[in-house]
Amino acid sequence: MIDFSSINSTIDSYLHSVLPAQVATLVECAIIAVCAIVAYLAFAIVMIFMERKVCAAFQCRLGPTRVGFWGLLQVFADVFKMLIKEIIDIKNSDWALYTLAPFLVIMSSIITFSCLPFDNGLQVLDFNIGVFFIMAASSFGVLGILLAGWSSNNKFAMIGAIRSGGQMISYELSMSLCILTLVVLSGTMQVSEIVEMQRGGWFIIRGHIPAVIAFIIYLIAGNAETNRAPFDLPEAESELTAGFHTEYSGMGFGFFYVAEFMNMFIIAGIASTLFLGGWTPFYIPGLEGFNEAMEWIPGFVWFLGKTLFVVWLLMWVRWTFPRLRIDQVLVLEWKYLVPIGLLNLLIMTVCVVMGWTL
Amino acid sequence: MMNIENIDIKEFRQKMLDLRATGMDFLREMVGMDWNEEGLGVIYILENSATHEGKEVAVRTANRENPQVPTMSDIWQVAEIYEREVYDFFGIEFTGHPDMRRLFLRNDWIGFPLRKDYDASEAINPVRLESETNEEIHREYDIAEEKQLAELVEKMKILHYDQFVINIGPQHPATHGVLRFRLSLEGEVVRKVDIHCGYIHRGIEKMCESRTYPQTLAFTDRLDYLSAHQNRHALCMCIEKAMGLEVTDRVQYIRTIMDELQRIDSHLLMFSCMAMDMGAITSFIYGFREREKILDIMEEVTGGRLIQNYNIIGGVQADITPDFAAKVKEFCNDQKQRLKEYYDVFVNNVILRNRTIGVGVLSREDAISFGATGGTGRASGWACDVRKRHPYALYDKVDFKEILHKGGDCYDRLLVRLEEIVESIRIIEQLIDNIPEGDYKTKTKPIIKLPEGQFSASVEGSRGEFGVFIESHGDKTPYRVKFRPTGLPLIAVAQKIMKKHKVADLITIGASLDYVIPDIDR
Repeated sequence: MIDFSSINSTIDSYLHSVLPAQVATLVECAIIAVCAIVAYLAFAIVMIFMERKVCAAFQCRLGPTRVGFWGLLQVFADVFKMLIKEIIDIKNSDWALYTLAPFLVIMSSIITFSCLPFDNGLQVLDFNIGVFFIMAASSFGVLGILLAGWSSNNKFAMIGAIRSGGQMISYELSMSLCILTLVVLSGTMQVSEIVEMQRGGWFIIRGHIPAVIAFIIYLIAGNAETNRAPFDLPEAESELTAGFHTEYSGMGFGFFYVAEFMNMFIIAGIASTLFLGGWTPFYIPGLEGFNEAMEWIPGFVWFLGKTLFVVWLLMWVRWTFPRLRIDQVLVLEWKYLVPIGLLNLLIMTVCVVMGWTL
Repeated sequence: MMNIENIDIKEFRQKMLDLRATGMDFLREMVGMDWNEEGLGVIYILENSATHEGKEVAVRTANRENPQVPTMSDIWQVAEIYEREVYDFFGIEFTGHPDMRRLFLRNDWIGFPLRKDYDASEAINPVRLESETNEEIHREYDIAEEKQLAELVEKMKILHYDQFVINIGPQHPATHGVLRFRLSLEGEVVRKVDIHCGYIHRGIEKMCESRTYPQTLAFTDRLDYLSAHQNRHALCMCIEKAMGLEVTDRVQYIRTIMDELQRIDSHLLMFSCMAMDMGAITSFIYGFREREKILDIMEEVTGGRLIQNYNIIGGVQADITPDFAAKVKEFCNDQKQRLKEYYDVFVNNVILRNRTIGVGVLSREDAISFGATGGTGRASGWACDVRKRHPYALYDKVDFKEILHKGGDCYDRLLVRLEEIVESIRIIEQLIDNIPEGDYKTKTKPIIKLPEGQFSASVEGSRGEFGVFIESHGDKTPYRVKFRPTGLPLIAVAQKIMKKHKVADLITIGASLDYVIPDIDR
């Protein structure tokens, strides 16, 4: 297994040796920002392409095939199209908020993205309240959506934004409960430590029943958090045309679009970090040869494999189910998921206290 | 030839109330008429929904300046929207009507286009470039006391300013065409629906009056394009009946099979679009995948995929292709398998059931009163299938079941369509192997003249009873043609059952009623 933290410290000490301390820190920040944003965009492209191909497979279609081999350049063509589109200035919109909204959404998404541990040491933000920070950072995305709906001065956007406010704030609750359940199991909030602890066995196995329940609730709530079907009512195209981003064109819309896909990736990434062992390989106790072979697979491959598997699960749901109605969405959350989540947290606590975990 | 009873306008309302009391509960059609010097009038085609007995009555008024006829909107609920149509085209005001506005044309339109003395010059009605303003208040009649006026005006306001009013349409993904709902919302709950039609009104009935009978056929495909065959079948049947022309057995077989194929096509589209409106895009693609095969068959036989122009007076345009039977059979076998897939992926889905069961309930009485025929009526338990009520073509020779459901909600409306696909396949399978040899069309004279009188015919279109009414004065062009729209009663129903539901339900109800806009607007 490669330890990326040694590479990081090499770069760090090299920069400090050639530059004054403040400048070195500044340069490091810049390098990290560039890396994070490039990785963010690269994954966005992968996700959009994956969505197209997965959805095509579910619908017995081929998906994009014309642009590039196997349609590989389709996403680039899409992005290029979006970049050269005119950004329309809406009359009577609240200009400042209207412009700010997409940035809020993408900012929240990028900050959360940088908390994901891709491999040992390959993580931008890692400190002792990491999980707490992830929850905080991901939750201010809803602010951008609410502002987008409010500032566009459009009734459809307004309804979409109000729906999304109600939905996202509600589902954050059960998502946090699921994450808390895992924090109880691991006893730490630091992301790298949580992953490290799973070398002995993934939490979904060690936490057995309560962890599986938490995983399922987490996936449902995560799906709702990303505003994807069957929870895509904030942008239900058959009701509200495009919901909260009706009035956005060009890259304004592009930000919402990319953020939606990346939020799905982030939700899946957190799921794989907390439940499926992050970048730690899969071990079977007793089979030494097998475990050693697993060690040879790099950590980021494990992480990406697990994450894309969860993404695929989310896409499967998205391309199968019809949309819920707003009251049903809220009933599902407040009458079922939150009580079950609370009970589950209790069960997990009892399990941990009594030492009933595997 | 129809036997129309003329009733004097003074005792008209009482007579109609009597007729309603005798069980004439289904107002099939309301035909506005302009008989020149004999004045304006309205023909009502009524039917007893239990015995299927018909009755046609007419009322006339000689006053061309300010023609008035008492309203029937409190007797048959569908009359409310039919009377608005007659008012729009003939300027006949219905006294006591709660909402006497124009239905299709702009409210600043001058003149009444279906009157015989209508001046169509562009100087009177130029192409207007400014937006139409919404009429905020209904016209009102018979205010007894001056004091009540303010109170009454308040009550009659269509939408109030303090409400959250949004427009769904005319350009909206869920209205399936150019239709506009003005909604007043309370949060997500719909308080009132005001429907505006006419965005694709082409005046087809008016155009028919200046065209020869064979020329009028081309319009029918452009009404409800998803029941193009049935519509044209109805018009051909009506003209053939009036001419006394018998078509060959082969033609009857071809027409019946094509009608049923068209019905499957339409129901598949309904299933797909309902799935699409509810966010299940995969099911949408599944439905369209199978629909494509029907379109391929149609293309091979008729040369068209949507607008087919296949039926002609005395037969069909071209004979079926040699491999038609084989292809249709292959499709039928395939479709039976595919239907199971639809149930697995969409119809039995728990989210769908939660969203549709108990939503938009239409009672049987309301269905009859609104004249909501087709799948909508049958989902409410009203046996309204024309193929059973008044069999035409070969429907009395084939064995099929009329699908009836009790609930009258969106889920039942979806199930009726899917089960009717199975019945249509059964009909096709009974006929496809036995198509007799013979001529595919009977020779007709180049100029067709119908004898004087009124004629009507109706068929079961894809989404309800499609009727044709022709009044002929012995010329080579019809004096008046009226098509019974299958969608207009559904719009009236929508206006009623959408109330008190959420915005999302409104889309579901619209999808389940399955209306087609060009058919409403004509």
